[in-house]
Amino acid sequence: MTPSPDAIIVGAGIVGAACAYELAGAGARVEVIDGGITGGGATAAGMGHLVVLDDNEAELALTKLSVGLWHLLAKELPRAAEFWTCGTLWIAADGEELAAAKAKYEVYRRNGLAAELLDEKQLYEAEPNLRAGLAGGLLAKQDAAVYAPVATRFLLERAKAKVTRAVVTDLDDLKAGAVVCATGALAGELVPGLRVRPRKGHLAITDRYPGFVRHQLVELGYLRSAHGESSESVAFNVQPRPTGQLLIGSSRQYEVETPILGRMLERAFEYMPGLRACSVIRTWTGFRASTPDKLPMIGRLRGNIYLATGHEGLGVTTSLGTAKILAAEILGRPSPIPAGPYRVERFDD
Amino acid sequence: MIKIRCDGREIVVADGTSVAAALLGAGVARFRSSVAGESRGPVCGMGVCMECRVTIDGEAHRLACQTLCREGMEVKTT
Repeated sequence: MTPSPDAIIVGAGIVGAACAYELAGAGARVEVIDGGITGGGATAAGMGHLVVLDDNEAELALTKLSVGLWHLLAKELPRAAEFWTCGTLWIAADGEELAAAKAKYEVYRRNGLAAELLDEKQLYEAEPNLRAGLAGGLLAKQDAAVYAPVATRFLLERAKAKVTRAVVTDLDDLKAGAVVCATGALAGELVPGLRVRPRKGHLAITDRYPGFVRHQLVELGYLRSAHGESSESVAFNVQPRPTGQLLIGSSRQYEVETPILGRMLERAFEYMPGLRACSVIRTWTGFRASTPDKLPMIGRLRGNIYLATGHEGLGVTTSLGTAKILAAEILGRPSPIPAGPYRVERFDD
Repeated sequence: MIKIRCDGREIVVADGTSVAAALLGAGVARFRSSVAGESRGPVCGMGVCMECRVTIDGEAHRLACQTLCREGMEVKTT
């Protein structure tokens, strides 16, 4: 009989793969179990936008740490991972949003992040296909994009992790030094009562239009959509792929199934009228793992069982930072950033 | 008969000819290039396979097999 592994990770998405990579790098023998395709859940459904967000200190700390880690990993990623430092161009529609862009710029500056404020003219020079009448923007230069399913497979290969195709119904059945539940929006199935809700999102991808969009474009109102609690919302969010294809998002829905794809596309056309003439070749949906405070749950649940879920729309971005924090806790080492804001017990009554 | 231009070259066809038929008749085999740079051209001829996309009068990704030639049309392969 083979001995129990040091760690079993349930969930072969980007978060599980990053945890496997980090633990294996520390010398642990790691196994991964997933009932589906490797990187086939929210990992494949999302845009793979690697973005620093500053809605609160904990979010900024984790996204900044993680985007930095992605840049370090980038040199090793296979070409098929399509890592690309496209930057994020936050678009200010009016004076109020431009003031928000300036505030954001100051936060980036204070945190040593490369950023540039654009006035109206500079915005059109950067992105000529945006509609007229926008106020300006903020270019976050360190942000990037990655094709996450390939990055997931890369991390698992590097971890030399055995990946078993099986459905786990009870975490207590698994025998290992540490058991990590990284099943995203499905985590509640294994941990009853967990404060993680599936939050549906839609994406569309177009045919190839090289040069039509040059940066990841996000309206500043996106944060209201992402961090708000409304049952559904849409925001302009477009990413150019290295092939010239355009990913168009984004939508957020809790427990409702009203048609939202059309609304999402109309929002994109409002900002970029020329998109209307582009052919969409595929649309799909996925489920984000959403927590009440929009921060992930990283750390011990009970005994030898740990959680790494609740990443909402930031799972690809924060996977690498999550793995550092979780591995530090499992191995009893210091965390690279204060882990308190992500602890599971913050939701205990 | 009507005249179109493909990549600068004049092609004369009967009215009612599709762009795909016009190009094939003129010996054009490469309608577009795949991401990897491979040659692509019409496969199904009925608007399903999406392989015959060309730029027509400046508009990218038009289906050659589903578009009828019009006098003065400018077609570009990619």
